[in-house]
Amino acid sequence: MTAHVPTWNGTQSKFLWVAIAALGAASFAIIALSRGETINAAWLVIAAVCVYVIAYRFYALFIAEKVLGVDPNRQTPAYRHNDGLDYVPTNQYVLFGHHFAAIAGAGPLVGPVLAAQMGYLPGTLWILAGVVFAGAVQDMTVLFLSTRRDGRSLGDMIRSEMGPAAGAIALVGVLMIMIILLAVLALVVVKALVGSPWGTFTVVATIPIALLMGVYARFIRVGRIGEMSAIGVVLLLAALIYGRTVSETPELAKWFDLSGETLALTLIGYGFVASVLPVWLLLAPRDYLSTFMKVGTMILLALGILWVRPELKMPSITQFVDGSGPVWSGTLFPFLFITIACGSVSGFHALIASGTTPKMVENETQIRTIGYGGMLTESFVAIMALIGATVLEPGIYFAMNSPAAVIGTTAAQASQVISGWGFTVTPEMITQLAKDVGENTLLSRVGGAPTLAVGMAHILSGMFGGTTMMGVWYHFAILFEALFILTTVDAGTRVARFMIQDMIGSVVPSFRRTESWSNNVIGSALACAAWGYFLYQGVVDPLGGINTLWPLFGISNQMLAGIALIMCTVVLFKMKRERYAWVTIVPTAWLVVCTLTAGLEKIFHSAPSIGFVAQAQRFAEAAAADKILAPAKTMAQMSQIIFNNYLNAALSALFVGVVVAMLVYGFISIRKALSDSRATAIEVGEALPGASHA
Amino acid sequence: MPDILGMREWTVRTARLMVGIPDYDTYVAHRRTVHPDQPVMTYEEFFIERQNARYAVGKGRFRGCC
Repeated sequence: MTAHVPTWNGTQSKFLWVAIAALGAASFAIIALSRGETINAAWLVIAAVCVYVIAYRFYALFIAEKVLGVDPNRQTPAYRHNDGLDYVPTNQYVLFGHHFAAIAGAGPLVGPVLAAQMGYLPGTLWILAGVVFAGAVQDMTVLFLSTRRDGRSLGDMIRSEMGPAAGAIALVGVLMIMIILLAVLALVVVKALVGSPWGTFTVVATIPIALLMGVYARFIRVGRIGEMSAIGVVLLLAALIYGRTVSETPELAKWFDLSGETLALTLIGYGFVASVLPVWLLLAPRDYLSTFMKVGTMILLALGILWVRPELKMPSITQFVDGSGPVWSGTLFPFLFITIACGSVSGFHALIASGTTPKMVENETQIRTIGYGGMLTESFVAIMALIGATVLEPGIYFAMNSPAAVIGTTAAQASQVISGWGFTVTPEMITQLAKDVGENTLLSRVGGAPTLAVGMAHILSGMFGGTTMMGVWYHFAILFEALFILTTVDAGTRVARFMIQDMIGSVVPSFRRTESWSNNVIGSALACAAWGYFLYQGVVDPLGGINTLWPLFGISNQMLAGIALIMCTVVLFKMKRERYAWVTIVPTAWLVVCTLTAGLEKIFHSAPSIGFVAQAQRFAEAAAADKILAPAKTMAQMSQIIFNNYLNAALSALFVGVVVAMLVYGFISIRKALSDSRATAIEVGEALPGASHA
Repeated sequence: MPDILGMREWTVRTARLMVGIPDYDTYVAHRRTVHPDQPVMTYEEFFIERQNARYAVGKGRFRGCC
């Protein structure tokens, strides 16, 4: 690079950082202190960006240089094993994009929308504090540790640093989170598509489009990703626009106007078929399409927010911090901290940061940009989702996110209940909005995706098209979310299948052979049955499903983050860097407290909407008195609900058990590390004096 | 590889790597320097190999969830 870069002296640089800090503080004051009047979303964006910039410049640098001790002269696995394929030294900004695309998914879009029931302030504060002190720290540290270990996976690292028992427990945890994740994401899609011919048609249309793209890129013009994606996008947009015609033509619409149960069973069947088909036919092309659409739409949404600068209609804090909220039950602590997982801290990222990214890192000094910076970007997506939910009239937000059991099934009933909470909404507002976006009803469209879609339609139609385009933008947003959720369902089913085969294979060795077609079919069936069970249970759940499954997902995801951070802490002690171990101990402690409290409350809480056992008992008592409680219609369904609640309680107990066991193994490993006077971390490779690869 | 990429170059490489296809020229250059006596895959072979590898089920292949 040639000169012309302005050089900053110390005073100028100090002045700049003081100015950023002051701007951030002023934005925070506006966000936190305004009462009664609406504030502009721009303040939220400014506050967030100031926090990110300061955290990246100072805290991330401190972690890189002092805590981890990144070494610019140390050879990375990308050079040591360079094969031009898996291990390739890659430009840090290219790798940043790759890493961000791998970690970004539906999580940061859904969690903040659900958390908006408590107002925009609690969610914003947790997203920002969580990412700076927990999420980004975890992602960066795991990426660093994996880079020092030839790009080994989280499970492998736990096994080698903390022993085989800890490794096995962590693996069970990972399988559980996979299954719950797939179930809850599939439930989000089901809830968004119930009774929506337009949405269902466009999502179904992605299947033939993907098949066509797959054949094109495999046989007609091999490897032309750009061409095939362009064809796919054009066809997809055509399907999106034609979807309106489908929904307005009764003979066509009836084929795509499906109930939750039908959609769930279809999705389970689809997941099974997709996971046994060759990857190039369906999974890969849809993955390309969803990746590009995901990143493109996120950029579009960011531009939309900056261009439109909408007002936040939701109060900064609502009365539902006391735990009586209709969207999900439970008090602010601990439930806010598990509801927003991705965007603040997500254990899933520990799996990705120890996947393909560490095999491509060019130099250890770039781990800050990729690991910490990548997670900050993801957190910004969460902030955008929170804005998307809070620009709606609060009354509309609650009409869309409260289960029918709470607000009834007609606009008039809903308006009455919600106005009783202090959020004015008329039946006309509810029906008019549904008409604007081309849906029959928007009542009880739980799951976050439809709310975000309305919010995005609100913002994007402010940029292009006005009210006439609301329907297209709404269904575009639904399509974009459904597309990458379904890609996750395909890919995740394959991962779950592999893990199941691996586990059963330790007892029946022949089951491990993944090239055997019958093994794969059995494995896929088991994987689909596992997540499908929870999905179906969510669809028939008395409180709308999200209320049950999202906390389970949040607990499992934060549990995994806790496991990853325990491992990071152990390794810091083994590296003899215990002086700095508070950097991972503080977020570990917070996550352990949150997951254990939430896990125990989900089991033992006396309110049936929170405690699984209490809910099971409520239905059991009614059944004993020969009464049938909604939504059950028969005694068999009653016993099914009772069983499901006990199953969920057992699952929560399992999560609590995994956290406690990992904590015990963590303490044992730390004591061992402290009793040894040498550094005992098991790293690969040595620093090469004087050799630089930058 | 140069540290500074043009906007276009960066976009193309990033978009390809996002879907699991690393830079082909880098691969060819690597094979020519390190294994000059061994065959080099054509772009088509390279694409198919990488596509299969991305979705090959195995450890450390988690992606895009949340």
